[in-house]
Amino acid sequence: MVRETTTEVHHHKETFLTRYIFSMDHKVIAIQYLITALAMGFIGLFLSWLMRIQLGWSGRQFPFLSRLFPGGVEEGIIKPEFYLAMVTMHGTIMIFFFITAALVGGFGNFLIPLQIGARDMAFPFLNMLSYWVFLASCIVLVVSFFVTGGPAAAGWTAYPPLSGVAEAIPGSGLGQTLWLLSLALFIASSLFGSLNYITTTLNLRTKGLSMGRLPLTVWALFITAILGLLSFPVLLAAAIMLLFDRHLGTSFFLPRLFIAGHQAGGEGGNPILWQHLFWFLGHPEVYIAILPAMGITSEVLATCCRKPIFGYKAMVLSLLAIAFLSFIVWGHHMFVSGMNPLLGTAFMTTTLLIAVPSAVKTFNWLATIWGGNIKFTAAALFAIGFVSVFTTGGLTGIFLGNPPVDIQLHDTYFVVAHFHFVMGTAAVFGIFAGIYHWFPKMFGRMMNEPLAKAHFWLTFIGVYLIFFPMHYLGISGVPRRFYDFANYDFIPPSVSGVNIFISIAALIVGAAQILFLVNFVWSLWKGPKAEKNPWKATTLEWQAESPPPHGNWGPQLPTVYRWAYDYSRPDATEDFVPQTVPVVGAPAGTDGGKH
Amino acid sequence: MKAEETLQAAWSGGRSPFAVSWGKLMMWLFILSDAFTFGGLLAGYGALRASSPTWPDASKVFALHIGGQDFPLLLIAIMTFILICSSGTMALAVHSGYSRDKKRTVLYLVATILLGLTFLGCQAYEWSKLIGEGYRLWHTPGGPPQFGACFFTITGFHGSHVLSGVIYLAVIAVRAGRGIYDQRGSYEGVENAGLYWHFVDLVWVFIFTFFYLF
Repeated sequence: MVRETTTEVHHHKETFLTRYIFSMDHKVIAIQYLITALAMGFIGLFLSWLMRIQLGWSGRQFPFLSRLFPGGVEEGIIKPEFYLAMVTMHGTIMIFFFITAALVGGFGNFLIPLQIGARDMAFPFLNMLSYWVFLASCIVLVVSFFVTGGPAAAGWTAYPPLSGVAEAIPGSGLGQTLWLLSLALFIASSLFGSLNYITTTLNLRTKGLSMGRLPLTVWALFITAILGLLSFPVLLAAAIMLLFDRHLGTSFFLPRLFIAGHQAGGEGGNPILWQHLFWFLGHPEVYIAILPAMGITSEVLATCCRKPIFGYKAMVLSLLAIAFLSFIVWGHHMFVSGMNPLLGTAFMTTTLLIAVPSAVKTFNWLATIWGGNIKFTAAALFAIGFVSVFTTGGLTGIFLGNPPVDIQLHDTYFVVAHFHFVMGTAAVFGIFAGIYHWFPKMFGRMMNEPLAKAHFWLTFIGVYLIFFPMHYLGISGVPRRFYDFANYDFIPPSVSGVNIFISIAALIVGAAQILFLVNFVWSLWKGPKAEKNPWKATTLEWQAESPPPHGNWGPQLPTVYRWAYDYSRPDATEDFVPQTVPVVGAPAGTDGGKH
Repeated sequence: MKAEETLQAAWSGGRSPFAVSWGKLMMWLFILSDAFTFGGLLAGYGALRASSPTWPDASKVFALHIGGQDFPLLLIAIMTFILICSSGTMALAVHSGYSRDKKRTVLYLVATILLGLTFLGCQAYEWSKLIGEGYRLWHTPGGPPQFGACFFTITGFHGSHVLSGVIYLAVIAVRAGRGIYDQRGSYEGVENAGLYWHFVDLVWVFIFTFFYLF
C-alpha cells in the first residue's frame, strides 16, 4: 500500500539548490507559490492604483507616469488603450495569479499534507513541476507588458472579436497571444496541482482520519481541486480555438468582421460560443477562489472562538452544493449577451439556489462566533472580516442573479462592487487570515500582532469606503470599463466627486498593504520564535515542529482519534483537545470524538 | 452491517479507500480532466454546426473512391476497427502483466503500438487526401469554414493523443522488457498506460459518432 508506517524518513543529501529552489518538499513549494502570488498581487494592486488615478483625476497630468510607462502614458495622461490593458491585467493577475495561486497553490500545498498527517504530496515531482510551470506562466504574463502594443486589453474574460483579431486594439496583438499562452501554462500547472491535492487527500490520510474528521480547510481545498480539474480543461479547449482563430485563420469565434471599412477576417463564427466556454470555467473559477477562503475562515473562527465549528456536516454539504451548482450557473454572466428568456430563467433559478448553501455557511459562522470566548488575533479579525464582506457581496448577488435587474446593472459599477466584495476582498481576507494564522507554522516565527491589527482595520474600513459607493455609481448608470466619465449626458456630474473619494480611499488602502509587507519580511528574520502550537489549535499540523522538518513527522506518523474541532469540551481540562489524543474508552477508528 | 463496517474501515484513514495506488488514481483523474477538454471541443463543434446554415455531407466528404465507385466511410470504418483491435491487444497486455508474463506483455504492447501507428498512418492518409481536395484548417470547399476548422482541430487533437500514447506505450514496453516491473513485483505501470489507451480509443468512438456518422 501507499502508506509508509514507520521510519521512512527522507535521507537524501540536500544542497541549497535542492532544498530551497528545486525543492520537492510540499512546504517549500507552498512558500514559493505564496511568495510568487504575493508579488503578482502587488503588481495587480499597483495597476489598480493607476486605474484609480485615471478615474479620480482624468485629464490631469502626472509627469512621473510618463517616465514609468513611456508607451502607455502621453504627457502625463494615461492613454485609453493603456487603461483598458490595465483593467485586463488587474483582473487576470488578481483572479488567477494572486488569489487562486495563493489559496490553492500556497495553502493547498502547505495544509493538505500537514493536516491529513502525510509526509508529503502523493507525487512530489509533479508538485514541483506545477510550481515551475506556474512561474513560467507568470513570467510570460509579465513579459507581455513590454511587447509592442502592450499587454492584452480585452478584459480578463477575453471576449472575441476584441481578443480575436490583431488589429482590434493595440493590446490585441502579441499581448493577447502571450495572455493566452500564459493562461494555457497556468491551466497545466493547475491540473498538476489538482491531481496531487485530490489523490493525496483520498489516499494519504493518516490512520483514524476519516473524511468526517477532516478539517474544513482540507474539505474546501479538496473540493476546489475537483472544480479546477473539471473546469480549467474547457478553458484550455477554448484557448486553443482562440489561438487558432488568431494565428491560423480559423473562424471558431469570428463572424465576418470589418474594421474601418476593410475586412479583418472571420467568416460565420460564433463569438457567443467563447462566452459559454469561458464562463463554464469562469464561474467555477470564482468558487475556486472563494472555497479555500471559506475553509480558512471556518478553521480560524473555530480556533479563535474556542468553539467547535457550528454545523460541521452542513458546512461540508454546503461546500459540495456550492461546487455542484457552480457548474450550472455560468449563463448568468451572459444575460446581456442575448439569451433566450427561458434559458435565462433556468440560469436565474440555479443562481439563486446558490444563496441557500451560502447562507447556511454564513449563519454557521455567526453561530460559531456567538457566545465564543473570542481571541481577537489578526487572523480572527480577518476571518470575521471575511464573513462581513462575503455577506455584503453575496446580497447584491441576489439582485444580479435576476435577469430583469441584471440587464439594468450588468455593465455598471454595481457589478464591480458586487464581485470585489464577494470574491475579491473576501478571498484576499481569507489569504490574510491564513497567513497570519499559519505564518508561525510556515516559518517558525510569530508576526507582529499590533501591526497586523492596524493592517486589518485600515483594510477593512478601506474596502467598504472603496467599494460600497460603487453600488450608488452603478445604480446611477455609471458604466464599468469606461476610461473617463466626462462628456456623457447620462452620467450625473456628481459622479466625479464620488470617484475622487474612492480613488483617495484606494490609494490609502493600497499603501496600508505595505504594513503587511513590512510585517511579513521583518517577522521572517526578527519575529519571536514560535512554539509548536501558539494558537492552541486541535488539528494535526500544530503537533509538528514549527516549522516542520522535511517529512513533517518523526519516525512515526500521527494517529487520529477525534474530529478536528474539539474545543471547550466540558470533560477536558484544557479548552482544546488535539486530534491525536485518544478518546478514553473508545477504540481508534470509531466515532469517539463527536459529542 | 458487514458492508457498512467495511466501508467505514476503508475510509477511516491509513489506507486508500478504493484500494488503488496514487498512480492509478491520478491516471483516472487525468482522464476525467482530459475528457472535459474533448468535451469542450466537441461542444464547440456542436454549437458551430447547429448555427451554420449548411454543413457538408460527411458520407461524401469522407468517401473512398475505389475502382470508379464511392465507398462512404470505408476508411473511417477501417480506422475504427484498427483502434478497437488495439484496445483488445492492450487488454491482453494488461492481462499478461497481471500474470507476470514479461514476454507476452511486451509482445502485446508492441502489437498495440503497431496498431496505433497504423491508425496514425490512416489518419495521415485521410488528412493528405482532404488537403489535396482543397480542405484546410481555415477553408472548406463549398461549405462553411467551420467544417475544416473543427475537423482538423478535433482529429488533430485526438491524433496527438494517439501519438503521445504510442510514445508512452513504447516507454512502458522498454521498461517491461528490462524487467523493471518484475523487480517491482507489480505491472501496474502497464495497467495505467492501458487506462490511458482505452480512454483515447473511447474518445475516438465519440468523434466517429458525432463527426462522421451524423
